[in-house]
Amino acid sequence: MTVMQILFLLIGLVTLAASVMVVSTRNMVRAALYLIVTLFGVAVLYVLLNAGFFAVVQVVIYIGAISILFIFAVMLTRDVTGLQAAAFNRTWLLAAFLALVLFGGLFLALQGWSGFETVPPAFTDDTPTIRDLGLALVSPDGYVIPFEVASVLLVAAMIGAIYVAWGRK
Amino acid sequence: MDAALIWEWIIKSAIVLLIMTGGFAYTTFYERRLLARIQTRIGPNRAGPWGILQPVADGVKLIFKEELIPAQADKVLFVLAPVITVIPALVITAVMPWGGVVNIFGRQVPLYIADVNVGVLYIMAIASISVYGIVLAGWSSNNKYAMLGGLRSSAQMISYELALGLAFVGPVLIAGSMSLVDIVEKQRDIWFVVYQPVGFIIFLIATLAEVNRAPFDMPEAEQELTAGYHTEYSGMKFALFFMAEYIKMIAVSAFAATLFLGGYRLPFIEYPDWLEWIGPFVLLAKIIVLLGGMIWVRATLPRFRYDRLMAFGWKIMFPLALANVLVTAVIVVILSA
Amino acid sequence: MIPNEYLPIAVLFILATGLAALVIILGHAFGPRRPTARKLMPYESGMTPIGPGTRRIRVAFYMIAVDFILFDIEVVFFLPWAVYARELSYYGLLVIGIFTVLLLVGFIYAWKKGALEWE
Repeated sequence: MTVMQILFLLIGLVTLAASVMVVSTRNMVRAALYLIVTLFGVAVLYVLLNAGFFAVVQVVIYIGAISILFIFAVMLTRDVTGLQAAAFNRTWLLAAFLALVLFGGLFLALQGWSGFETVPPAFTDDTPTIRDLGLALVSPDGYVIPFEVASVLLVAAMIGAIYVAWGRK
Repeated sequence: MDAALIWEWIIKSAIVLLIMTGGFAYTTFYERRLLARIQTRIGPNRAGPWGILQPVADGVKLIFKEELIPAQADKVLFVLAPVITVIPALVITAVMPWGGVVNIFGRQVPLYIADVNVGVLYIMAIASISVYGIVLAGWSSNNKYAMLGGLRSSAQMISYELALGLAFVGPVLIAGSMSLVDIVEKQRDIWFVVYQPVGFIIFLIATLAEVNRAPFDMPEAEQELTAGYHTEYSGMKFALFFMAEYIKMIAVSAFAATLFLGGYRLPFIEYPDWLEWIGPFVLLAKIIVLLGGMIWVRATLPRFRYDRLMAFGWKIMFPLALANVLVTAVIVVILSA
Repeated sequence: MIPNEYLPIAVLFILATGLAALVIILGHAFGPRRPTARKLMPYESGMTPIGPGTRRIRVAFYMIAVDFILFDIEVVFFLPWAVYARELSYYGLLVIGIFTVLLLVGFIYAWKKGALEWE
């Protein structure tokens, strides 16, 4: 095993353990914190794949913005003071079953994938860079339509949130 | 990847950490002396000649102070919060370029820890993590003042982060790169502050809010919130919050110098190889001037009221920063087309 | 093999964590500890604390966080474009202009609805 593989395994384990804690801890603020550890672990995995841009964007958006919203949302709920939030609700059996089915499906689907055996190509001058990403994002035969539609989606989400939280005033 | 390279990283990281902690100690001293001068006082001058041992005395005093963990606090998070606050403040300095490449015993050593091609985004990413230490300190203390102080300063920090992020876009547009070393090298002749005066001012104001300095020192609004998020902290845990604030002051001054004031370069002077060593000192001089400005602002301006502070961030800073980016972009495109 | 450009940052991260841990340990090792029930009470300017220390927060904080996500994503999209703005020329300006105008609609809505007010 190379150093990189050991690092990958370690970080993968930490990420997985943190994500298990997200759903098993009974303290909501702590659950949000474990979620942040999980998201950070994913960012480190991006770094190991030499995808620095995705790693920093993952941190800026998911940890810097969305998790803050989670923490504020948790603190809006009544149970933030009492730590006795129930860890299970009535549908836990169904949820566990669905999770198993999903895992099984993914497992079967990935059985035939050749990606596990292939060695990633070495980095050369032809390796796609942020430049290619930036250009693809705005080029007409690239992703310009999804890029513009994303802003519509964001605005729609914000208007919805404002309406729910604020609109009836 | 050879062992020498790993040693180079470890030595450079250790030196940066020493500079930042030493810088923290002497920024507190600088602040106290300068504030005293502005208020026609003398300031601490008893510990050592001219009082230069004052930070050491303060540190020793704090080590021997009693530390309390409130009975109803979330004890793990209470201890973790200052650690989570100080680590991002230290790690953000990794992309700070202190100078060019120098020759040490025949080995070419760059005077920065890392030059990542998304340097500016890296700064934004680490800055956005530093909000958590403050929220956590407020929440885990189980104290009303701390909770309110933590929430207020986190909302303030995310609000001004937008203007800060947009202020980064100006230099990136002009330099055509997100790497801080590239941005410095593009300013060999003319500093970007000449092209980006509005961006520079927005950057300075937003960073004041980001590091919770006066007139944006809402978490420490002592008249209404005692000490804000660190009300329940004492001893070395308090020292860590204090350290994080001053290290962030140094870091944002260094980034302001790097993005707008030519970083480690002097205008119109090409460094010959043996002069590359002057880079860190040039940067340091710029940092000291900018820190002096921050302290002067504290001595001059009263604190904002919280609703005004948020309105200023969203209704003035953010639209102004956005307009600055769009105008800069149009000019850059017209000039290059 | 070219070493990963983020490895030196990992080195700094480990050393910084060590430094923070050292400071905490120093305080624990040398600070006296004589806790009493009154000392460990939440500080409320000398009064006996009333009610729990943490309580539900105002919805205004949540609104600020929602607005922040929207424009944070905008800033993140601006940066890769800004690097290649010269190359993309007027076409790039057009694309980013439409993107910005759409988000500004949301900004104006939030402003008019009072989601940016703190009362």
